[in-house]
Amino acid sequence: MFELTGKTALVTGATGGLGAEIARALHKQGAKVVLSGTRENVLADLAAELGDNAFIAAANLSDSASVDGLVAKAEEAAGSGLDILIANAGITRDGLLMRMKDEDWDTVIKVNLEAYFRLARAATKGMMKRRSGRIIGITSVVGVTGNPGQTNYAASKAGMIGFSKALAQEVGSRGITVNCIAPGFIASPMTEELNDAQRATILQRIPAGALGNGADIAAAAVYLASNEAGYVTGHTLHVNGGMAMI
Amino acid sequence: MSEVLERVRKIVIDHLDADPDKVTEKASFIDDLEADSLDIVELVMAFEEEFDIEIPDDSAEHILTVGDAVNYIQDKLAA
Ligand SMILES: NC(=O)c1ccc[n+]([C@@H]2O[C@H](COP(=O)([O-])OP(=O)(O)OC[C@H]3O[C@@H](n4cnc5c(N)ncnc54)[C@H](OP(=O)(O)O)[C@@H]3O)[C@@H](O)[C@H]2O)c1
Repeated sequence: MFELTGKTALVTGATGGLGAEIARALHKQGAKVVLSGTRENVLADLAAELGDNAFIAAANLSDSASVDGLVAKAEEAAGSGLDILIANAGITRDGLLMRMKDEDWDTVIKVNLEAYFRLARAATKGMMKRRSGRIIGITSVVGVTGNPGQTNYAASKAGMIGFSKALAQEVGSRGITVNCIAPGFIASPMTEELNDAQRATILQRIPAGALGNGADIAAAAVYLASNEAGYVTGHTLHVNGGMAMI
Repeated sequence: MSEVLERVRKIVIDHLDADPDKVTEKASFIDDLEADSLDIVELVMAFEEEFDIEIPDDSAEHILTVGDAVNYIQDKLAA
């Protein structure tokens, strides 16, 4: 089950905590993975770690032309058509709405939401021809629950969910599924800086009693990317330890 | 019958799984051949590939029948 041999996947944000874990997990299941991000040295390190069947296609997702070219670039690097798109790159520019600068709004929407639209549009063409494909957007629990100080981020993540549902309906008859994964609180360099009191407050809200880790998200990605998940589409899979039951 | 028409008919018959007798020059993709909007996008992509041409979206909008496609492609190949 969940075998991905013969499939080619593009993972954006592969230099980040979750993206790297997702890339490792898809690769472990047998997929060819194309790693994307802006930090080329970090991409090279991960590609070297994975060895065979790992390729690099760097791109800055705040540049529309680079985003539009990324799927073709990835297919060229891997030497095969794209079967799995994981739109994982994402940024925050937090601040109360009344103090939010235009630029903070624009950048977050551009990198989190607009890049997803551009990548999915480019990927869909080949997937339609091949009558199969998996498009997976990494959104956030915040896109469903909201969070003060994150109007821009919450809007971008909720936007990804609506986008995925609409596209899922457009391409469902062609063997392409479109889903989101919504992580809750995942351990990262950022959460390591929390003090004990802060950590305890957060954990009180999580029935599982612990922060999640990258592997929890990667497992969800492997599932949604697999042939076995072919009947699941337009869905948002929440991986949050029960922090929000939605 | 022109060669372009034959190649277009073949794509349409294969793609829409249509009754060959119904795939005439006058046949409308949507009204006569039961295509939906996604089929039309795919047909246009298939024509582009078959004839190695590019069909911009605003031209594709005017391709409603098999004959429209043939005329468009013939003009494009002649140009
Ligand atoms: N960690 C969590 O608790 C959590 C919770 C909910 C949702 N998420 C979502 O999960 C995803 C991954 O999060 P993470 O924790 O792994 O974040 P992270 O470690 O900060 O990684 C972010 C990734 O996005 C890439 N990126 C940012 N701006 C980019 C740009 N302009 N062009 C190209 N790539 C860009 C970065 O690549 P470079 O550094 O190479 O530019 C990096 O690989 C995000 O979408 C995030 O919103 C995370």
